[in-house]
Amino acid sequence: MDVELIAVGAREDVLRRIRTSIGTPAANAPAIEAEWNTLPREYNRVGSLDREAVLEMLDERLRDYDASVIRIQSGAVAETIAKQLTERGKHRLVIPKGLAEALGEALPAGFEFVVDEGLSTTELDSFEGVVTASTVAIAETGTIVLQNVAGEGRRAPTLVPDYHLCIVRAGDVVENVPEAMTRLAATASLATTFVSGPSATADIEMTRIKGVHGPRFLDVILVT
Amino acid sequence: MSGAGLDPRTAPKFQVAARVLVGDSQMRKNVRHATKVIQTKRAKVVAEMPDWQKLREAGQAIRQHTLRHLDFYLEQFERNCTAAGGVVHWARNAEEARQIVIGLVKSSGAMGESPTEVIKIKSMTTEEIQLNKALEEAGVHAYETDLAELIIQLGHDQPSHIVVPALHKNRAQIREIFMREMNLPDLGGTPQDLADAARRFLREKFLRVKTAVSGANFLVAETGGVCIVESEGNGRMCLTLPETLISVAGIDKVVPRYQDLEVLLQLLPRSATGERMNPYNSLWTGVDPTQKGGDGPRTFHVVLMDNARSEILADKEARQTLQCIRCGACQNACPVYQQTGGHAYGSVYAGPIGAILTPQLMQMHHAQSLPYASSLCGACYEVCPVKINIPEVLIHLRNKVVKQQSSGFHILANPEVMALKAVAQVFRSDKVFRVSQKLGRLAELPLSHKDGQGVGWIDWLPGMLGGWTQVRDLRVMPKQTFREWFEEREKNKQGANNGR
Ligand code: SF4
Repeated sequence: MDVELIAVGAREDVLRRIRTSIGTPAANAPAIEAEWNTLPREYNRVGSLDREAVLEMLDERLRDYDASVIRIQSGAVAETIAKQLTERGKHRLVIPKGLAEALGEALPAGFEFVVDEGLSTTELDSFEGVVTASTVAIAETGTIVLQNVAGEGRRAPTLVPDYHLCIVRAGDVVENVPEAMTRLAATASLATTFVSGPSATADIEMTRIKGVHGPRFLDVILVT
Repeated sequence: MSGAGLDPRTAPKFQVAARVLVGDSQMRKNVRHATKVIQTKRAKVVAEMPDWQKLREAGQAIRQHTLRHLDFYLEQFERNCTAAGGVVHWARNAEEARQIVIGLVKSSGAMGESPTEVIKIKSMTTEEIQLNKALEEAGVHAYETDLAELIIQLGHDQPSHIVVPALHKNRAQIREIFMREMNLPDLGGTPQDLADAARRFLREKFLRVKTAVSGANFLVAETGGVCIVESEGNGRMCLTLPETLISVAGIDKVVPRYQDLEVLLQLLPRSATGERMNPYNSLWTGVDPTQKGGDGPRTFHVVLMDNARSEILADKEARQTLQCIRCGACQNACPVYQQTGGHAYGSVYAGPIGAILTPQLMQMHHAQSLPYASSLCGACYEVCPVKINIPEVLIHLRNKVVKQQSSGFHILANPEVMALKAVAQVFRSDKVFRVSQKLGRLAELPLSHKDGQGVGWIDWLPGMLGGWTQVRDLRVMPKQTFREWFEEREKNKQGANNGR
């Protein structure tokens, strides 16, 4: 079936109806932009806490949503990854391209790290977990933001395996959502995922249950 | 309810349906419990935000601005989405949208194969157009992947809430449905057991089915990007793993810029599920041009659907209906919804938002009883994250209904018309939003009577709310609400006004 032929003229019709309904003559782009610039934005656009309080808040809110958090000093990333994977009993993990560079340290020995070069969904399903870096983290909401860049990679590898170990650098932690969106604006068109705790649902009697389809376990290493 | 879709054109009047449904004490218990839990969670995370009222104001302003320039922003979205490799389609109405989706699904198979299955993310827009039924008739089975939608689908039931569609079912009822429909001889009864069963049931479908259908929370005009918020990861599965993704969005879903999400992504999760942020938000723009092993689907379609929205836009008083971001907070806060549950509204949009949206989507030809499914207490307005003055729109729509039906049986409508006129005056003169409560008292004047103790009671609401008032008499609203009393006292005490 040729989909093009189903609703011929719909675009023009819908736009015409909208214009008639709005009732005022169409404004031009600069006028609309000027109007957008005057919209009230009196909410907190920048945070007010000091660095340590922001990191504390991220730590607390991640835990509140069932993620576990390990805080370390830089230089200890590889050994912490090894420790955490051993504790979780994970051995075979998928990683994005450029992870070691993003972390600034080589990955620990003793594990099988497979770089995602376009693995199929079924292949991804055979891994015990995934290790990635992150672009931004939001303290106020306990959120980690992943984008399709080196060290974070495509969306599927952080979704299909049941375990996600994510490394967050303190310098990438912001206090609130507007600060995060400001940082993300330059790369707005990259595929982006906000992760706030492991997969969950409250669909049954409003009881929050951890782990439905996405990774059921999320560990965060916060590097100062 | 039967497996037939909730269709406002054939649904019984709210008064009739409500009369039947308030007799279902299990359903009422489930709904009361769920709405209470969400309201408590919401209140807690809203109280954490000192700038909540400023966020609401910004949210309202962004949505109003978008509606004022809707044609501009839709065209901008189309341009940018197309440039990023997406394909944009337009549909005047539900039928066109259904046909476009069916056509796209059928042509989405590799090597000329026509798929017989799709996976779906919960979407009220596709519920509104009864897409699953149309797909089924075209030989395509749609697997709902959201836990609540799965419960509804397997239970041959209908959604009763826009965020938590199965909140009218409890765990025992869900267990029964799952055992029967998934052929499980044995299944534990905890929510965790039930969620695990859903995970196992759907996993194979996520890995196998190559075409997905979704709705959209926000379309970003500036980037051509689309945003979907969800909890379970089923959304991410549908958005990421298939070869083809088809997103159906009402034309009201567009927002001007990426930066505007900083407001809406704060308002929506806190209002909808009482979380600071829902577990997953996905944002993507068109398709990844990488030939092999790219990120996400290779083909991406957006269907922009009007379906009476452009008519709502023409009604200056009711236009604000289109500001809605479908958080469901008004449903949880509504004393009528808490009693009747969602099905009484005869529409996938229940509660206060349904009471104003559904009749307008029907161009006032059907669902005329819904604007009366409210006591105008104003609770919906108070929680609405984008400040839609629902009581005001309800009154406006009642006025329309009364005008429409001004001949015939509606003798009793006359006093209401008078009351409505009085109310219109109040609205023009009073700048405080809680006027809606005063308004409720005015609107009910011609209908109340005093009992022996001189206490006012309403035992008959204009035709429509009858289903509710036949079960319980409704106390007329007090002359002064608690808040008004409290504030007056505070004002007298310190001369300050803490109004929002
Ligand atoms: S009307 Fe307001 S409160 Fe109700 S669903 Fe829409 S945005 Fe939420």
